[in-house]
Amino acid sequence: MPEVSLIHATIRRARLRLLQMHFESGVGHIGGNLSALDTLLCLYHQVLQADDAFILSKGHAAGALYVTLWTCGQLQDEDLQQFHQDGTRLSGHPPPHGIPGILFATGSLGHGLGLATGMALGKKLKAEPGRVFCLMSDGEWDEGANWEAIIFARQHNLDNLTFIVDANGLQGWGTTQEIANLEPLAEKFRAFGLVTDEIDGHDPAALIATLRREPGGPRAIIARTVKGHGISFMEHKMEWHYLPLTAPLYEQAVREVTERCAISSAEPS
Amino acid sequence: MRNILCRALVDRAADPDFVFLTGDLGYKALEPLRDALGPRFINAGVAEQNMIAVAAGLTRIGLRPWVYSIAPFVYARPFEQIRNDLCLHNLPVKLVGNGGGYGYGVMGGTHHALEDYGALLSLLNMRVFVPAFADDVPALIEKLDHLAGPAYLRLGSVEEPKDFALPAYAPWRRILDGGGPTLLVVGSLAGSLLAGLAGADARQRPSLWVLAELPITDLPAAFLDDLRRSGHLYVVEEHVPRGSAGQMLAHQLLTAGAAPRRFTHRAAQGYPSGRYGSQKFHRRECGIDPETLLAELLQVEVV
Repeated sequence: MPEVSLIHATIRRARLRLLQMHFESGVGHIGGNLSALDTLLCLYHQVLQADDAFILSKGHAAGALYVTLWTCGQLQDEDLQQFHQDGTRLSGHPPPHGIPGILFATGSLGHGLGLATGMALGKKLKAEPGRVFCLMSDGEWDEGANWEAIIFARQHNLDNLTFIVDANGLQGWGTTQEIANLEPLAEKFRAFGLVTDEIDGHDPAALIATLRREPGGPRAIIARTVKGHGISFMEHKMEWHYLPLTAPLYEQAVREVTERCAISSAEPS
Repeated sequence: MRNILCRALVDRAADPDFVFLTGDLGYKALEPLRDALGPRFINAGVAEQNMIAVAAGLTRIGLRPWVYSIAPFVYARPFEQIRNDLCLHNLPVKLVGNGGGYGYGVMGGTHHALEDYGALLSLLNMRVFVPAFADDVPALIEKLDHLAGPAYLRLGSVEEPKDFALPAYAPWRRILDGGGPTLLVVGSLAGSLLAGLAGADARQRPSLWVLAELPITDLPAAFLDDLRRSGHLYVVEEHVPRGSAGQMLAHQLLTAGAAPRRFTHRAAQGYPSGRYGSQKFHRRECGIDPETLLAELLQVEVV
């Protein structure tokens, strides 16, 4: 796929901009942004069509969404410089108003899928084209409202609904296995009647192909990811849900992204 | 009021953007609406959090959802969805709670809604509507359908006397003139009080006002005139005092420099004896049953 080689360059650019934004604003949530970023970029650059809609349910990955919108030209550098600042439109979690393309304020977990389900149902009722995508965290599946939503989506056969679980294996204060083990998650989704795929969430080719596929029913994609992906000292570390970057660590992170992405983009697509 | 609601909503069924969701309730009442709406009547199951989120999502496709359940189930269980998904975005979703106050009687405390509008009115953009009389329901449905933001419609029972010509719906209405205190009532209790007061001596009985919309945004001049006349505001509502219409009104009057010399507030008090019974039983325990109120009101003298 030629688009895969294109997306590598976008991923590199977005990772660097995300790190810069978080470093300059001095805020955390970097780990979960880096695990979700590849999915967001593939969605926005290679999958979403004019009639489609997207909802970020893991609102703490707002940084990754803002940077993705920046790569699409929907946000500017001046906007990203205001991230987390007083008077910003770019709050730590997506706001309800003021940013075209952000349909709902999210941040309290367990809301996005129900909202996406409602949009998917609305499209069915009005016979409108297009799909609705929702990106979620894995820890978020502790919330009962998500299970209500998939029961509803299956009952109404919402085949225009696709949600992606950014399964980085870490949640607020430990691993998902330690806190509330839901594995095997794919089996649970299949038992609820969802078309379910499990893929490498840092493999753009797999992401694009799976996201583009005709769903055949409400669809779950479990994207196995790495919290802090691409930054050696962040990978698989729960604390990078919270920590801000120091100047030396920021410089190291930039070096690693630059070197790793140079290798990735040279790989055959 | 539920059957009246159903009839009024059936009249709107031809509107292709009208969608109705129920949390698996409405048996023996909402079947005509189900039949009229077809796929736009959605039984969302016993899953109120998802039901509210779905309703929010529907608005983004240009639909106007109404969401129905027993009052506590429609506002308390999905409170965060109402707060975040509806109110933060100011979305046009209409919540309908059946059996406000002690309406579900001996079903018990889980089924009562004693704090519903106080809780909801703490949220941004939320508006509350409490019909007092049967004819208020279709009038309010018409009004709510055109509201651009979220709203809660609290339904009660029909208690009005059949032989009394009621004025058309308005947010504030003076139903009876009287020379006694200024009595302001929220909800169906107004009908029972009206039945008891209509035949009383007009010099002694209170002037009866009905308030149907919250929050209170302005105070009618005629109401303030009446309050100056009586010097005694007497508020009755089937809601706990915290977050109540009485508290809101007192705040509004103090802010406006129009506080009366006396203020009496009769409200729901929870479960004083720890026992359960009919709506009538609970009202009596709290001193908000018509008999207790009428005895007190007709003895109260103007100060």
